[in-house]
Amino acid sequence: MTEMYIPKEKLAGVVEDLIGRQRVYGPVFDGAYHNFEEIKSAGALDLAYSNTRLSAKGLFHPHSERMFEYSLASGDPEAGVLKETEKDYSPRVVLGMRPCDARALKIMDRNFNSPQYGDPWWVKRIEATTIVGLACNAPCGTCFCTTAGSGPFDDSGLDAMLVDLGEGYLARAVTDKGSALLSQISKGSAAPADAAQKADALRRSAEAAIGLQFDVGSITGKDSMELFNSPIWEEIQFACINCGTCTFLCPTCWCFDIQDETHGEHGDRIRIWDSCMFPLFTLHGSGHNPRQNKAQRVRQRFMHKLRYYPEKYGDGIACTGCGRCVRACPVNIDIRNVARLMSSSACVRPA
Amino acid sequence: MRAYTEKIREAAKRLLSEKRVDAVIGFRKGSIPLVNEPVLVKSPERADELYWDGSCGVNLANYLPKRTDRVAIVAKGCDSRNIVVQIVENQIQRDQVYVLGAPCHGMLDRRRILASLKGREPTSVEEVDGQVRITGAGFEETFSRSECLQENCSICIHRNPVISDEMLGEPVAEQENVDRYPDVAKVEGMNPDERKDYFEEITSKCIRCYACRNACPQCYCPTCFVDESRPQWMGKTIDPKDVRTFHFLRAFHLAGRCTDCGACERACPVGIKLRQYTKKLEKDVKEFYGYEAGVRLDERPPLDVYRPGDPENFIK
Repeated sequence: MTEMYIPKEKLAGVVEDLIGRQRVYGPVFDGAYHNFEEIKSAGALDLAYSNTRLSAKGLFHPHSERMFEYSLASGDPEAGVLKETEKDYSPRVVLGMRPCDARALKIMDRNFNSPQYGDPWWVKRIEATTIVGLACNAPCGTCFCTTAGSGPFDDSGLDAMLVDLGEGYLARAVTDKGSALLSQISKGSAAPADAAQKADALRRSAEAAIGLQFDVGSITGKDSMELFNSPIWEEIQFACINCGTCTFLCPTCWCFDIQDETHGEHGDRIRIWDSCMFPLFTLHGSGHNPRQNKAQRVRQRFMHKLRYYPEKYGDGIACTGCGRCVRACPVNIDIRNVARLMSSSACVRPA
Repeated sequence: MRAYTEKIREAAKRLLSEKRVDAVIGFRKGSIPLVNEPVLVKSPERADELYWDGSCGVNLANYLPKRTDRVAIVAKGCDSRNIVVQIVENQIQRDQVYVLGAPCHGMLDRRRILASLKGREPTSVEEVDGQVRITGAGFEETFSRSECLQENCSICIHRNPVISDEMLGEPVAEQENVDRYPDVAKVEGMNPDERKDYFEEITSKCIRCYACRNACPQCYCPTCFVDESRPQWMGKTIDPKDVRTFHFLRAFHLAGRCTDCGACERACPVGIKLRQYTKKLEKDVKEFYGYEAGVRLDERPPLDVYRPGDPENFIK
């Protein structure tokens, strides 16, 4: 099954059927904003949303994750031996993920699932998950996915994609996993003849609404040291309060810390989100800190996203243009403005 | 309040060209509606970047501690109180700071306005005659300004700067007979279990990004207790134990120092009602010691001094 049409009145039934077969996650409104949560009943799923407050990365790379446990009991022959904490890798489906967040998972793969190294928890969670995206018909004013190499209808990180056609969803499989999922859905019908045309018109209007916010090529083509030493950082960094909001809300910020916590004779090794905005992030055991001031940390974040990552991997920037950092920064540091300052070109086509 | 923009620019040009100050801390117009960006202006030529409207909620006093130069700073009532606390706590010297006092009618609450728009996105915001007109794609909504204020602004009793070197406008009428603590009284009326549940629920969304701490003008410790690593004092996870420890310790560290400027709540990306912690401490300090933080330069904070006659009727 590669394509079907799901009338909106049948969506709840489709979701209930899915819940019976696997774990189901999707955007849930908590009274103030949406976040991904496990859907226990179809009514909790709310696809009439712009995007979740926190990105989808937490579904695969949780904020705090117990990796191993160990005993410290004297006399325990296994004292100090790390034992992997059991996790749930049963099949699950994530419904309604936006294309930018799904594309971000591909960027995260650079770190967690490279040809050299595979992070077992990340890899197994990705394998266990079928991602059904929801194309963006009405992007926010803070969105710049098309600039960042993604787009409101980008299906590159998805297994299947839903397009909201008004009365119902056009569901299209992107991968075999997505196709297998669609074949489980009995409540769909054949897509109406004009569905593809309608979807394409929605895509074009959404892309046009976003425009081009900055020129990636003119940043990646610039000399690294020239950018590193540029006076722009002094200007950009002033307002920054060095909180971790941008990094924690970012769908592609993958950095973490590993800590051992002991409670009496029991120990846990825990992986916790960390942020390059925090001084402790780079503090050496010697007491030396290579990024001891705010300007260095601010520079690092933007240089990593917009200059170092493209230089290292050659497949675009480490940003999908979801706009969360723009919306949530308490002091209005806007990555689009930063990128324009970093860029040598004024090539911008506003929406 | 837009009228302040011209006055701020004029003052900045004058103070910078007369070399009275090395820099001016103010706002420039934000890149998105309802939030402006703090900016440091060092030359009179750039003074026209400075801007003012009801979206200047960020507490600029946060940018003062440990500065070594002479700066002018635009200060609302709350900012001025935080400057006073910082002077009293020796984080900045009075003669280093040139306060451009901004009598304030309260700042707009971006979160509250966005919530009332129910997902529709504003593209422009205009404040006219006590009203806020919001326009977006295919809609226009007008709210009364008082419905759009940050909660701490609607119960503010220090709208006029408590210190200034120059005022940007006539003083505004202070709000009188304000009941500042009905919410605190409600929590005080709870039994311990209810109270515990209440605070656990408030912080259940915390992601430990520390935006609350970093937005706070009083959180200037060179190394926060959270960042102590040798030894490490507390866990960094989002387990309720760790989250609870962080929020209670942070709040207690602000007892007798917090001015209820609302910086913490404004910065929080997940909407935690952080003032529920600090307001209780503010109320206690007021009741037990008759002290309000950041109102007078010549008074030591009550938790910073010992007097044999200190009230102790609350010690049980």
